[in-house]
Amino acid sequence: MMAGLANVFGILLVLVITAALLTWVERRLLGLWQDRLGPNRVGPAGLLQVVADMIKILFKEDWVPPFADRIGFILAPAIVMAALLLGFAAIPVTPGIGVWPVDGVGLLFILAMISLSVYSTVLGGWASNNKYAILGSLRAVAQMLSYEVFLGLSLLGVVLQARSFDLRQIVAAQAGMWFVVPQFLGFLVFMTAGIAAIHRLPFDLPEAESELTAGFHTEYSGMKFGIFFIGEYVGIVLVSAMLATLFFGGWLGPVLPPLLWFLIKTGAFVAFFILLRAALPRPRYDQLMAFGWKLLLPLALLNLMVTAAVLLAF
Amino acid sequence: MEPLAKADITGGLQSRFGAGPRQATRDGTPTLWVAPALLHDVLRYLKDEADPAYPMLFDLTAIDERMRRHPDDGPQRDFSVVYHLMCLHAAEQIRLKVPLTGDPPSLPTVTDIWAAANWYEREAWDMFGIVFAGHPHPWRILLPPTWEGHPLRKDYPARATEMGTFSLPEGKQAAEQEALRFRPEDWGMARQSESAEFMFLNLGPNHPSVHGVFRVVLQLEGETIVDAVPDIGYHHRGAEKMGERQSWHTYIPYTDRVDYLGGVNNNLPYVLAVENLAGITVPPRAQVIRVMLVELFRIASHLVFYGTMAQDVGALSPVFYMFTDRERVFEIIEAICGARMHPGWFRIGGVAQDLPDGWDAMVRAFVEYLPPRLDEYEDLVLNNRLFKMRTQGVGAYDIDTAVAWGVTGPNLRACGLEWDLRKKRPYSGYDSFDFDIPTGSRGDCYDRTAVRAEEIRQSLRIVAQCLAGMPAGPYKSEHPLTTPPDKARTMHDIETLIDHFLNVSWGPVIPPGEALACVEATKGLNGYYLTSDGGTISYRTRIRTPSFPHLQMIPQMCRGHLLPDLIAILGSIDFVMADVDR
Repeated sequence: MMAGLANVFGILLVLVITAALLTWVERRLLGLWQDRLGPNRVGPAGLLQVVADMIKILFKEDWVPPFADRIGFILAPAIVMAALLLGFAAIPVTPGIGVWPVDGVGLLFILAMISLSVYSTVLGGWASNNKYAILGSLRAVAQMLSYEVFLGLSLLGVVLQARSFDLRQIVAAQAGMWFVVPQFLGFLVFMTAGIAAIHRLPFDLPEAESELTAGFHTEYSGMKFGIFFIGEYVGIVLVSAMLATLFFGGWLGPVLPPLLWFLIKTGAFVAFFILLRAALPRPRYDQLMAFGWKLLLPLALLNLMVTAAVLLAF
Repeated sequence: MEPLAKADITGGLQSRFGAGPRQATRDGTPTLWVAPALLHDVLRYLKDEADPAYPMLFDLTAIDERMRRHPDDGPQRDFSVVYHLMCLHAAEQIRLKVPLTGDPPSLPTVTDIWAAANWYEREAWDMFGIVFAGHPHPWRILLPPTWEGHPLRKDYPARATEMGTFSLPEGKQAAEQEALRFRPEDWGMARQSESAEFMFLNLGPNHPSVHGVFRVVLQLEGETIVDAVPDIGYHHRGAEKMGERQSWHTYIPYTDRVDYLGGVNNNLPYVLAVENLAGITVPPRAQVIRVMLVELFRIASHLVFYGTMAQDVGALSPVFYMFTDRERVFEIIEAICGARMHPGWFRIGGVAQDLPDGWDAMVRAFVEYLPPRLDEYEDLVLNNRLFKMRTQGVGAYDIDTAVAWGVTGPNLRACGLEWDLRKKRPYSGYDSFDFDIPTGSRGDCYDRTAVRAEEIRQSLRIVAQCLAGMPAGPYKSEHPLTTPPDKARTMHDIETLIDHFLNVSWGPVIPPGEALACVEATKGLNGYYLTSDGGTISYRTRIRTPSFPHLQMIPQMCRGHLLPDLIAILGSIDFVMADVDR
């Protein structure tokens, strides 16, 4: 019982702190890639910038615009945070660390939680009663509806090969070879759809600050904005952890302890997502849709059929 | 239809329409007085039938003539409305002036000939109270609709101390805010179509992608733009009115602030116009120094454009690299001028100072530093597939449309017209430099970016030639109206001492007359049309900026596109609001 609780709160604490720290990591990495410094004044290497930001954001007025729908407006940031944190519960960090295997269907649970998180974006934009926010919400819905399809489809190859929805068994099935090799197409499609699901650049259309000022969270400030913000980083960690678990053998690896392997792999994807943000322009909404339906969907289906055929034949 | 040669175009108009009389001007632009009743026929003829034709309405403005001490030989009038038409073929302008009396002074609109006249006429109404009969939207443009009076009239005060105290009681504030409300009906827009209700989206005046304080009201169906109404004036500071109370010399720093990214590109047309009025010839060294500075500023301005254009379509990093490079340009500019963005460094008759020791090493290092960086940016931005997807085929227009709307500069060359004033009508010795004019072919956002990217390289070529061939000699003219005049000679004879004393204390007295000077600035043709009444200050300072007509064309460019396309279009126009509103 105590071990279980330690597991739950330990992971929760580490995850939330990591997500907050990622704001610093992102700003420093972007600074590195953009020939500038990033925050480097508060504490060693600017690490305490996170603390300073937290203090500032917590002490801001908790304000709801008079024209907004109060309940929806307050609920929205809570949904994204809750859904994504719950999703993380199913991630097996190491054989010993992990909250809950969800009765062997952990993968489905995570996908469900990611899908739920879109309600936050939709509700936030809708409740804000602001035209930019509504446009952001509309984009979020369209993007999520499309990308959810192959977010799931792209993983079916992995499920077929591991013959399980249980993430621990999926990791165990990669002892011989990481799934990124046989499931390379699935990996590419899932990574793309994953970025779209947590709307990071180049798929950050619901926010698109150069077009929609801040999109769905235009009206948000203070800690409610902060939760959206941290929620986005939890999302990054979640998708990175999934990529590590499903395609790169999770905690498996030589010499180093399992926990370190998991952290290294997840961290690499987090850094990769930040690099994407530094490197790419943003496509247009209709181009994003076309890309999804005309390219990613056929690829995901092809991957699924080939995997199934190969498994049946041998 | 007998073709009229350039030289006798005004004579031809006189014999054909009975227009006249001709007016001699300092700048040699053929100038003709036209009665309001004849205006339409003459303009239509010049646009469509004349050979060569004048297809571009370059500028339209007015002058309040009621306070003239040295009237010219034109007809009796209270106001003059001045039309500058541009013949692209010969890079020549013709100036038509319409004398007006009466209250309010009135003449027919020419929006039916040039749609581009729309904003210019609204500005003339706003600033001078001149009524353009038949104008589709005869409202103020730069000032708020609640404004009283017409500021560029001579009886309107220029200083805050000449006006009553300003107060904003609650009732007035509410009325002012209500006046800003957008009413689609005013612009002939429906609130709904048969199938859907339109969304009217206020983009700006504060928005990350409008490059300053600029408002566009969009009529949206989903994210598709049905129509747009640009609203300008939020950055209006009365630069033209200031020209009427600063001396010829002290106005120079104000010009810097018009296109605040262009720096000395603003000084140049102004001092060229004043030098034309004063009859000053600038020595060769000053000319080359000017060209070098102008091109360095063109590079700086284009780098800002390049980076922000990439940022507008979502690429976050290029702007940092390009601002780093721009910093290198500013290091040179700072070493030479002592200031960065607003050096105010050109002088009537030359430049402020000679080049500092070691300038050549700095310039040489920069000329070698930038090209490899530009290659990288080409991969990062222009060759990026996402960037191409976002910009190719977006906001395209053809040459004829561009010319009719008064589009100049890189935005015109992006359509494929090789037209650059530096080549077509070289000034400041540009004819002795070797450089190419990059052009596009489709006139879309991508071409506008690519043309500017290539112009950076061409400007580097010019700077390199300045470096190699910088002539020796004085950096300003010995003409007595040069301001400030050469100090060294003042101790040798009383005449130069008097000149120096007067020019420095009162400012130079520029002989009466009028002159228009145009340069190929960073964003297009920048022109200063100065009228001197024989005093120490300008009687009328008209600033023709390239960004003003470019913005007027926005609805034309964005109809049917999506909202993100508008952001790409705004970025690709490369405007600064100070250049629009002045």
